Amino acid sequence: MTERKPPDSLEALDARLSEAERRQAGEKRRGLAAAERMSGFGFAWRVGLELVSALIVGVAIGYMLDRWLGTRPWLLILFFILGSAAGLLNVFRLTSGLGGTVGSGKASESRHSTDDTDDE
Amino acid sequence: MAEAGAHSPLEQFKIEPIVPLHLGRFDLSFTNSSLVMVLALVLITGFLLLGVRARALVPGRLQSMAEMSYEFVATLLSDTVGEEGKRYFPIVFAIFMFVLFGNLIGLVPYSFTFTSHIIVTFALAFCVFLGVTILAIARHGLHFARFFVPPGVSVALWPLLIPIEIISYLSRPISLSVRLFANMLAGHTLLNVFAGFVFALGFAGLVPLAFVVALSGLEFLIAFLQAYVFAILTCLYINDALHLH
Repeated sequence: MTERKPPDSLEALDARLSEAERRQAGEKRRGLAAAERMSGFGFAWRVGLELVSALIVGVAIGYMLDRWLGTRPWLLILFFILGSAAGLLNVFRLTSGLGGTVGSGKASESRHSTDDTDDE
Repeated sequence: MAEAGAHSPLEQFKIEPIVPLHLGRFDLSFTNSSLVMVLALVLITGFLLLGVRARALVPGRLQSMAEMSYEFVATLLSDTVGEEGKRYFPIVFAIFMFVLFGNLIGLVPYSFTFTSHIIVTFALAFCVFLGVTILAIARHGLHFARFFVPPGVSVALWPLLIPIEIISYLSRPISLSVRLFANMLAGHTLLNVFAGFVFALGFAGLVPLAFVVALSGLEFLIAFLQAYVFAILTCLYINDALHLH
């Protein structure tokens, strides 16, 4: 889009193609970071949503297990707490710029790998 | 949109059967929601087929729009997943176009927004979730279980952390679907509420009218943004499934 004039030979075209491909591979993670940096309101909304959705899953699991095992209300309470913890974990992952990745180990590992070199 | 007196801003989300069809206990009626989904499919197919029919080296308007949407998803996929993500282009492209057209059709007055129904977005998100989980298991086999075990943590904490990780994983389809659904629902309700003020306030109705104009512009942005977010999260989940820790 920047340069309009056609390349003079196939070799020049080949060089440009490979150069563009290299550039694209280099920009691998950049689009991700840009998507994370949405508006402040959108970000706040996502944080709230992550908290609540994990809580919903936790409560649903607790409620179902209670109904199945007849241990009302103990598992509901337990899974409510676990769900809150999972929600906080989601928020932690979101705010530390890891997007939708799963696994706290993954979090520390990917930060480690982006720190030195991005092999793969 | 509304009969006199019985106006509600939520009426626009009402599902009405067009062709009633009951199979046993299931209601399989062809509704206005299904009609709009079919319309979205027809429009997407028409848009892409007509767009690439010319096959011009210098694309016309329609062709460059079709090419742009293709390029957009292809870049998204290679940015988030990398080279091997190209295999999953069809599914991501299909999801992106379906959500995008659903959102855009919903912006046409008197039409219906199927993405404003939680069951539609949840079905989409659940398909993504299921597909990604199957992909991860097929790729990594039993190693997939390590997904939920945080490394570098003493075994004593595992009984506490593994359920938390599993809940966190299971919350994905919920946050994915609620995000799209709530955005569309809130936006359309807000538009309707403000539009309701326009006539009620007489001359002062110009103020809510200005709001409605501004909000409509915002809704267009949100229609694109939410389709984009849905697609990028699908890509991220695919990336997670391919590269376990």
